[in-house]
Amino acid sequence: MAVTSIGARVARKEDHRFITGKGQYVDDINRPGQAHAVFVRSPHAAATIKRIDISAARKMPGVVGVLTGEDLAADKIGGLICGWMIHSKDGSPMKAGAHPALAQGKVRYVGDHVAVVIAETLLQAKDAAEAVVVDYAVEKPVVDVASALAKGAPAVHAEAPDNRVFSWHLGDKAATDAAFARAKHVTSLDIVNNRLIPNAMEPRAAVGDYDSGNDAFTLYTTSQNPHVARLVLSAFIGVAPEHKLRVIAPDVGGGFGSKIFIYAEETVCVWAAKKVGRPVKWTSDRTEAFLSDAHGRDHVTKAELAMDENGRILALRASTKANLGAYLSTFASSVPTYLYAPLLSGQYDIPAIYAEVDGVYTHTAPVDAYRGAGRPEATFVVERLVEVAARQLGQDPAKFRARNYIRNFPHQTPVIMAYDAGDYHASLKKALELADYKGFARRKRESARRGKLRGIGFSSYIEACGIAPSAAVGSLGAGVGLWESAEVRVNPIGTVEVLTGSHSHGQGHETTFAQLVSDRLGIPIENVSIVHGDTDKVQMGMGTYGSRSGAVGMSAIAKALDKVIAKGRKVAAHVLEAAEGDIEFKDGKFTVAGTDRSAGFGDIALQAYIAHKFNGQELEPGLKEGAFYDPTNFTFPAGVHICELEVDPQTGDVRIEKWTAVDDFGVIINPLIVEGQVHGGIAQGVGQALHEGAVYDPVTGQLVTASYMDYRMPRAEDLPSFVVDTTVTPCPSNPLGIKGCGEAGAIAAPAAVVNALTDAVGHEDVPMPATPQALWRACQKAPRLMAAE
Amino acid sequence: MTTVSLTVNGQSVTKDIDPRTLLVQLLREHLRLTGTHVGCDTSQCGACVVHVNGVSVKSCTMLAAQCEGAFVTTIEGIAEGGRLHPMQEAFREHHGLQCGYCTPGMIMSAIDIVNRKGTALDEATVRHELEGNICRCTGYHNIVKAVIAGAEAMGGGMRQAAE
Amino acid sequence: MYAFEFHRPTSLRQAANLLAKAEDGRVLAGGQSLLPMMKLRLASPGTVIDLGGVPGMTGIERKGRSLVIGAMTRHAEVENSPVVKEAIPALAHLVSVLGDPAVRNRGTIGGSLANNDPSADYPAACLALGATIVTNRRRIAADEFFQGVFTTALEEGEIIVKVSFPVPSRAGYEKFRHPASRFALAGVFVAKRGGEVRVAVTGAGDSGVFRWEAAETALQGRFVPKSLDGLKPSTDGMNSDIHADAAYRAHLVAVMARRAVEKALRR
Repeated sequence: MAVTSIGARVARKEDHRFITGKGQYVDDINRPGQAHAVFVRSPHAAATIKRIDISAARKMPGVVGVLTGEDLAADKIGGLICGWMIHSKDGSPMKAGAHPALAQGKVRYVGDHVAVVIAETLLQAKDAAEAVVVDYAVEKPVVDVASALAKGAPAVHAEAPDNRVFSWHLGDKAATDAAFARAKHVTSLDIVNNRLIPNAMEPRAAVGDYDSGNDAFTLYTTSQNPHVARLVLSAFIGVAPEHKLRVIAPDVGGGFGSKIFIYAEETVCVWAAKKVGRPVKWTSDRTEAFLSDAHGRDHVTKAELAMDENGRILALRASTKANLGAYLSTFASSVPTYLYAPLLSGQYDIPAIYAEVDGVYTHTAPVDAYRGAGRPEATFVVERLVEVAARQLGQDPAKFRARNYIRNFPHQTPVIMAYDAGDYHASLKKALELADYKGFARRKRESARRGKLRGIGFSSYIEACGIAPSAAVGSLGAGVGLWESAEVRVNPIGTVEVLTGSHSHGQGHETTFAQLVSDRLGIPIENVSIVHGDTDKVQMGMGTYGSRSGAVGMSAIAKALDKVIAKGRKVAAHVLEAAEGDIEFKDGKFTVAGTDRSAGFGDIALQAYIAHKFNGQELEPGLKEGAFYDPTNFTFPAGVHICELEVDPQTGDVRIEKWTAVDDFGVIINPLIVEGQVHGGIAQGVGQALHEGAVYDPVTGQLVTASYMDYRMPRAEDLPSFVVDTTVTPCPSNPLGIKGCGEAGAIAAPAAVVNALTDAVGHEDVPMPATPQALWRACQKAPRLMAAE
Repeated sequence: MTTVSLTVNGQSVTKDIDPRTLLVQLLREHLRLTGTHVGCDTSQCGACVVHVNGVSVKSCTMLAAQCEGAFVTTIEGIAEGGRLHPMQEAFREHHGLQCGYCTPGMIMSAIDIVNRKGTALDEATVRHELEGNICRCTGYHNIVKAVIAGAEAMGGGMRQAAE
Repeated sequence: MYAFEFHRPTSLRQAANLLAKAEDGRVLAGGQSLLPMMKLRLASPGTVIDLGGVPGMTGIERKGRSLVIGAMTRHAEVENSPVVKEAIPALAHLVSVLGDPAVRNRGTIGGSLANNDPSADYPAACLALGATIVTNRRRIAADEFFQGVFTTALEEGEIIVKVSFPVPSRAGYEKFRHPASRFALAGVFVAKRGGEVRVAVTGAGDSGVFRWEAAETALQGRFVPKSLDGLKPSTDGMNSDIHADAAYRAHLVAVMARRAVEKALRR
């Protein structure tokens, strides 16, 4: 069997179980004696709980337990945490209110957890949950940032009386203001980045299991990062000590950020398992997912771009209000700050940038990272500004971009980031050709003849992936280090298990990681297994998010593989009776340089374990190596997406006619998988631009879009086939040259769509999501007068 | 309680069930056929699609009791004698899945499309026919490719030979 | 779902008796509306009477100048029926854009009409075509049958058996789909039979399907899209929600009506 190299387009190893229905998701797992949990959730956005009467529920058939916040407090179970400290402009730490897993005195959003009912069957638990009587004193909620920041608005938490969690800033204000003062032209935009609900197709689920014999817990959970879940549940929330808590995240049906966080439900399942003496299972239904999964985005921004007389960008200024919801979710505070403002330079050489961000509490579901997390918001600001500036100056938007692109690397932006490598002109050039930009005017005329409005829109996005190095993120407030770990276990017959702290929930790690091993060790990909998602098996890990698993997770594997090869060389030296320095390893063979004496990888593995050919005192038997990899910099994937679409002005309906994406992800391990990531990202970005938007009733705080009957998911018919290509500048900061690809599409797409829509309708007043109704209204408005006209 | 007798993946099954039991619950909880998934509460996502008497059905929107005497086929029942169904093979070959959660429903719907529309499918037809199946990972690009290829393979590659 | 008693009668008479006896009984046809409502605990019948075992309630037949469809006929059968495509192609088209393939494999015409969802497609066809709804007790004209949101002329214990559609000379259906649910945000069915033109609108009105008389009058003059120029239903009585306010819905009705006429003429 042959080696599968880096760069090979191979079908996925893991697919067999998924296409045959043999995947093992959390809801597929059933523990002996398991009972079912149903949460009693707040029907009000803001209320004081006067009384909870569980007496009737307790007596319902099949009920094994009814637990409330009081029980949680009595057991000294801590609140959920936010793991990233943000300091305000004035140096004060962010003002975070407590986040109990079950409400204690107050509820703060519709869906907030009030009590849990555990029964023999799910139906019994549901029936009994309806019998829990909660007496609420209903209060007036604030659901958007404007009303939360209004004078006299009710405080969501007493800790933040004006609902400001932080007032943070980044950049040189004086230099930026000075640049604006001398600018020849200023473009300003008011931007709303709409609130999204992640909607991984597998709803969240948890099974808590307690083994009284060993006083040990097991949690099966839909997590992107089981080790982080274990750390938070033990060290901070205190449900069990770390060495007595095993967290298993088996097959997970998509995450997109929403399964990074440590939620109330899994906390309660672990705690309740011991409390009621039964394994406790909870599976979210879709309505609960809408109500209680952490939402994404929800920014209101005023943004400005300053230019000189030649259309060179001088400065960018942004002021953003970020809705954080009713509680700070696990990484909520980092998203609108360090994952957002440092990206405001985009692909452009911008001498001065200043951003200020207020994080705001509201009576809505917590908001946290969702595919892209801060970077889509930044890209949207930059790419809308650049597009509109070009239009206002009467310049071609592609040429305007090219004129302002960064040319020399490394490039230090005024907002933290040091871009290490890229060629933005190369991706633009390729994208323009693939999109047949030259032929657009003709196509637009042809559409007009059919009564349709055609538009084209660009998005030259950049993202920062593999969030790192640990020391740097630590200095910015992160509560954890952002390295990754790996262990490579070589078996005596030369097959290999890789234990990784990354977690695959659709990304195809079992294939790409195995490809790396196959390539490096010269063994067939079939001989490699990737093990992940179990804290008892994998020593440590930080999990998968922020497009980090290639750049960081695989780098850790590469480092461990280097150690395996180094050890193998030592063993080979003994076996082949040569000096270690003379042993070469190539194509799966250890060879004495300049001779035909060699031993295969499998032979050396066997020799390492039988240890007959060397003295155990001078060389340890065995062939197993681990590594922790801490990156030296972020990685900077970038590219150009071009959206061409047609609007029906009579109905406001949109058809995306063509999508062109040219991305620079650095070195690519498996193009098939990378393209799939791009496709999925684009779909989510198009979803944000055209379809998806969480709507809360402004008066009652009820989530209006709480099911697929009101929240529009992108469907097959809403999308075209995509033209996807790449350019390559290898990433210099990691051993594999990988930049990451998981979020690019979601980051790039919204601006490309809105730029195309505004091009089609002829003015900038198009909101996201640009629903048919919104677009029909936009079509009623007179087109702008072009500067050139 | 009520009793229902049906055939699932070729095996006869008789179960005493609460009348509230949905077909998907019968499959997942009583028969431990967990390949069929539940992704929504409103009959829209299609993760639960199985075949009942040869046609696609949302098993979350059918009572198990309605399946008296029915022949049900799930994702676990389409590979024959250890050989993958051509549609399963096409999804693998064309990377038509990522997290795998919507996949069983997608494959069952795809086979139903071929049964109704034939083995020569174009992209527009496939996209239209996938109305009732939501995927959050793939952007549908590779699913559409997989369905077209799977359909062709179900036709035994006859078209190819004729060309 | 709340607990219920389940019955699977084997004759219409038995079904009707069960329904009459049950305190709050509901007939289960295809279940594509009732079951989701029950799952969300928004409907809680004490007794569910499954018509799946009742013979003689399915089938499509051309009877002289009428097309007759059994109440338990699945949407998919109507969509693909050569008889329907020949007699009233607009009806086959309507069904092809209703729900999704799996829903169409279960959902029935009788169930859809009895439910009378204000955004459902079938009521528009029935009303525009002047259909007759035949129950186990009587024949009800479409004009009498639809009585508002989720409300029909059906009485306690009454079960739809079949629906009879007079075959029109021309008919067309155009629907603008609700972005999320894919029901009709505005659906317009136009039908011309002899000198009579009927225009029925679904999805838009706040009291369910309705006839748009002004458009009927205009089209009676000349059955061409141009006859509808400048015509738009009043925004009074239009639904309004986050997806479409009354003005947009009224506008969509006008656009869909024109397109439905265009379609009707294309045949």
